[in-house]
Amino acid sequence: MTSSDGVGIVETRTATLFDPAHPLELTRGATLAPVEVAYETYGTLSPARDNAVFICHALTGDAHAAGYHAGADRPGWWDNLIGPGRPLDTNRLYVVCANLLGGCQGTTGPSSIDPVTGRAYGLDFPLLDMGDFVTVHRALLAHLGIEKLLAAFGGSLGGMQVLEWALTHPEDLRHAVVIAASSRLSAQNIAFNAVAREAITRDPGFSGGQYVAEGTLPDRGLSIARMMAHITYLSEEAMADKFGRAPQQAESSPGFGADFAVESYLRHQGEAFLERFDALSYLYLTRVMDYYDPFSRDHATDAAAAAGVRFLLASFTSDWRFSSLHSRRIVRHLEHARIPVTYRDLETAGGHDSFLLEIEPYHETIRAYLDRALEELR
Amino acid sequence: MTLRSDLALVAHLVTPGSRVLDLGCGTGTLLGHLAAEKGCSGTGVEIDGDAVLVAIRSGVSVIELDMDHQLSEFADHSYDVVVLSRTLQTLHRPHVVLEEMIRIAPRVILSMPNFGYWRNRVRLARGRMPMSKEMPYDWYDTPNLHHATLLDLEDLFRTAGLVVLERIPLSVDGQPLRLTRGLATWAAGSAVYVLGGA
Repeated sequence: MTSSDGVGIVETRTATLFDPAHPLELTRGATLAPVEVAYETYGTLSPARDNAVFICHALTGDAHAAGYHAGADRPGWWDNLIGPGRPLDTNRLYVVCANLLGGCQGTTGPSSIDPVTGRAYGLDFPLLDMGDFVTVHRALLAHLGIEKLLAAFGGSLGGMQVLEWALTHPEDLRHAVVIAASSRLSAQNIAFNAVAREAITRDPGFSGGQYVAEGTLPDRGLSIARMMAHITYLSEEAMADKFGRAPQQAESSPGFGADFAVESYLRHQGEAFLERFDALSYLYLTRVMDYYDPFSRDHATDAAAAAGVRFLLASFTSDWRFSSLHSRRIVRHLEHARIPVTYRDLETAGGHDSFLLEIEPYHETIRAYLDRALEELR
Repeated sequence: MTLRSDLALVAHLVTPGSRVLDLGCGTGTLLGHLAAEKGCSGTGVEIDGDAVLVAIRSGVSVIELDMDHQLSEFADHSYDVVVLSRTLQTLHRPHVVLEEMIRIAPRVILSMPNFGYWRNRVRLARGRMPMSKEMPYDWYDTPNLHHATLLDLEDLFRTAGLVVLERIPLSVDGQPLRLTRGLATWAAGSAVYVLGGA
């Protein structure tokens, strides 16, 4: 697929939302102002303003979901899904994707400069909740003049944001598309997040979270966190297919270096991650996932049931990070509340990362669902 | 939209405005018809991926799950009626599925081919396993795991705690037949039942 097939050259823009007089009020009571939000849009908003789809990204994603930045040789992270004629068809849809609050790719996060102190927030940045991401997404939509989305759409942590959005502000959405997500992390999920955070905070370069001011970086911890997390995003089968036990060099050289191809790959993933991700964002965002448990709230589904928002959920059989059981749990809660929900458990080998891959039954499902959603508008 | 004749009969038996769970909903034609014509809402269950895609495209809510093991996902009395069309004989544990259906809704509408249809008996008497319009499969390559006559089937209903409220024998062309139970087990190609809890 060449760039001419997709949305072409795109730019990330920044909106400044909230101000000290009207700050962002977080779920836990703290306030932030102003909040910068990096976002991209693809396609054209219809005159009726009814064809907008909001993409919520996963833990380490960003606003650049589709197309190419000028001079780049790799497209946005969900380019296989978004573009003219693709399942999220930009000939018909207006697609918005924003970096989430607490992120590090242009939206205000813990390594942004606190306007009060003039230095990075560090660990003084307030703890966030899933609802806070939604509050900022909604503020961006208001800024863009969009009152109601055709759909909010996301995978993994992105799907969790969509779920939160649909449960708390269902009037904003006609459809909620939740892929490979969870409504409650298991002990195993939390354990993986915990080890990742320990790797970061125990790195001497972490400097109590003030590494920006101290001029140090917890690179070792962050790259180990990424390497471990990356293993959980792939299935055993996918890793066996991709690497097997192949040596990295033409011949194996036994020792404690990166002798196997899989070791070298993980090291590369860990290194490359340092270029684009911030250790504090990793701490803050994984913590939001750990604490998220929307169905533990009283009347959690009442608003969504009353508003008539409809759901599409999908999981992948090879995903052991958020197995099908996580999605089935969401389906059960929604279905019991008599909320219209469609659910597919798609057979794939790619593990959790399947949601990013171009897998025909998966993409055809998205296409069928959105084609219908668009048809019902007319 | 014209419905397959047995589905048209099932549709006729569904009260307007019902919440319907259609097990083995295929491409969702019955639910689509019930939503459009009778103001019903509901959910389909299907495992055939291609059929699920068509159902999604037509706006039917469909959940992909294994009917033999995952009907426990549905809450007690959460639907008005559960429909199971020509599928019971393909399930591993029909008796468990029947119990689940009557747990989920007070009313079950079920259709099933009749293995005791006279032409099947003749074929069997001649030493061959039955094949017919209702069951067009070779014995070694068939989705039908269980073969039952209408009498066998009604025994199972009783065992599973279901009561026959209505029995509609159908000809092999899908036309309703006015027959007693004893005659139906010979003359019907299939039958549609309306069942309630005991």
